Amino acid sequence: MSVDLQTVKRVAHLARIAVSEEDAERMTGELNAILGFVEQLNEVDVSGVEPMTSVTPMEMKKRQDVVTDGNKPADIVANAPATEENFFLVPKVVE
Amino acid sequence: MSDLTHLTISEARAKLRGKEITAAEITEAYLAAIDRANPVLNAYVTITADKARDMAKASDARLAKGEGGALEGIPLGIKDLFATEGIHTQACSHVLDGFKPRYESTVTSNLWADGAVMLGKLNMDEFAMGSSNETSYYGPVINPWRRSRVDTVVMPTTHQGDGGFVSAGGTKTARTLDNAQLVPGGSSGGSASSVAAFLCAGATATDTGGSIRQPAALTGTVGIKPTYGRCSRWGIVAFASSLDQAGPIARDVRDAAILLKSMASVDPKDTTSVDRPVPDYEAAIGKPIKGMKVGIPKEYRVDGMPEDIEALWQKGIAWLKDAGAEIVDISLPHTKYALPAYYIVAPAEASSNLARYEGVRYGLRVPGKDIVDMYEKTRAAGFGREVKRRIMIGTYVLSAGYYDAYYLQAQKVRTLIKRDFENVFAAGVDIILTPATPSAAFGIADEDMASDPVKMYLNDIFTVTVNMAGLPGISVPAGLDGKGLPLGLQLIGRPFDEETLFQTANIIEQAAGRFQPEKWW
Repeated sequence: MSVDLQTVKRVAHLARIAVSEEDAERMTGELNAILGFVEQLNEVDVSGVEPMTSVTPMEMKKRQDVVTDGNKPADIVANAPATEENFFLVPKVVE
Repeated sequence: MSDLTHLTISEARAKLRGKEITAAEITEAYLAAIDRANPVLNAYVTITADKARDMAKASDARLAKGEGGALEGIPLGIKDLFATEGIHTQACSHVLDGFKPRYESTVTSNLWADGAVMLGKLNMDEFAMGSSNETSYYGPVINPWRRSRVDTVVMPTTHQGDGGFVSAGGTKTARTLDNAQLVPGGSSGGSASSVAAFLCAGATATDTGGSIRQPAALTGTVGIKPTYGRCSRWGIVAFASSLDQAGPIARDVRDAAILLKSMASVDPKDTTSVDRPVPDYEAAIGKPIKGMKVGIPKEYRVDGMPEDIEALWQKGIAWLKDAGAEIVDISLPHTKYALPAYYIVAPAEASSNLARYEGVRYGLRVPGKDIVDMYEKTRAAGFGREVKRRIMIGTYVLSAGYYDAYYLQAQKVRTLIKRDFENVFAAGVDIILTPATPSAAFGIADEDMASDPVKMYLNDIFTVTVNMAGLPGISVPAGLDGKGLPLGLQLIGRPFDEETLFQTANIIEQAAGRFQPEKWW
């Protein structure tokens, strides 16, 4: 399988990365080189093989459903580019 | 005094405990070495001199009372992927501009609890995506190793002591260093370069497809990626969560064992952290390997592999045989599919993990006409080319209609790769010996690799299988190639059998000797 310019632009939008016409053209070539490389996986017979979900045979650890952390809004917004009264500020989303 | 930076961790530990040196002295020696070398090697992206001095002072106070921890007063470098409270943590990406976490990663917390001193944050490929440390927003790291040419010159009069040696016939061989700058490997290039150039006693690193073992091999240092689940991933910037593991890069096998013992822990904050006590890895060093079954996988003999690497592999086999190990030929039939499967699984996980960098909660924000435009502009400006490439691949293989063909197929192949190893271990093989990399260090801005991303990916051909199967792997320096560059051998073990890796790596180290670059920086 290979991708065309339109597909690259669509995927870039899905990934929320702005691309120029020139970027998209370059990426089309690069992505097709990688997709060509991974194509060889199709020759492997995987009938009856389960897909891997966990590399170590272990059950997911569970913890008590109790509050162990919190009450630190100032820490949480400390690295944000724009905040007001411990809220993240973003451009207007709802008209 | 000038050679405090050349002490191994075990040597420094003995001298600190014996009060022959102080933590302040060894810390100052490293800070001075970093000041001189870093403008050239670019191994550190932030130097935390004040913090290092404060930590050293506290270590000296504890040592004076005889209370020191396992790493008391030992100066370490920390890969920029580890969250360090109040200190530059950007995974060497522009998108995390100015990020200073309000928390500390579990691995670094463990090191500080054991008394280690932080010298600074180390350069790396952006988000750990790369095999040459050239994708860093902070520029490439330089390998302290350079190629050299060996000339034989006739000597008019006999003299010694200028770096050459005198032969019986009155000729001298002189090594001339080439000026070409080489990469240290990646993604933990800053970790490997700083350890090899004596800019820290040891370093933390992480390995998703070979990012500890490949740079270790290219710089003549020891690097171990432990079993998935051995080191907590909490507070480590995520790349591909089912593959990422932290581990140390060190100057010798013993130091790597000492560091891993401190880094590893059982952590309730990471659900994939395994509930097993951390053994005393150092105790495995020096144990004989008589009767151990060492597997040699035929699939690791790849086309175009340099003769030097094949010869080194044969030497490794001979050393282990001489030490009493039994050598057996084995087959890991799905080896060739590990790299293509990795380039589906890792980008898929990365595209999901890196979705969080959107200019709202931390780091860079580029304004846009609406929120989606802001996301798109921020991510376009914040991510480098390689990171974008991988996010795009990951997004594509997870998108509607392609999931089964790519991601599901890759995860099934991954099951087969793991099964290959399980079969070999079930047949009684204790450990597997392979080359660590398909080549020695290559040049900065190598044109072949720059023009074809897949060529760069092939650097991880021998290491990536280990991540796909979640196994522990260690790279240990084993010799120099014809141009005087270090090469490494890799040992792969059973899950959570890091002890056998240290035990066997030590045999190779004893036979091969240790390697350090000639100082030019």
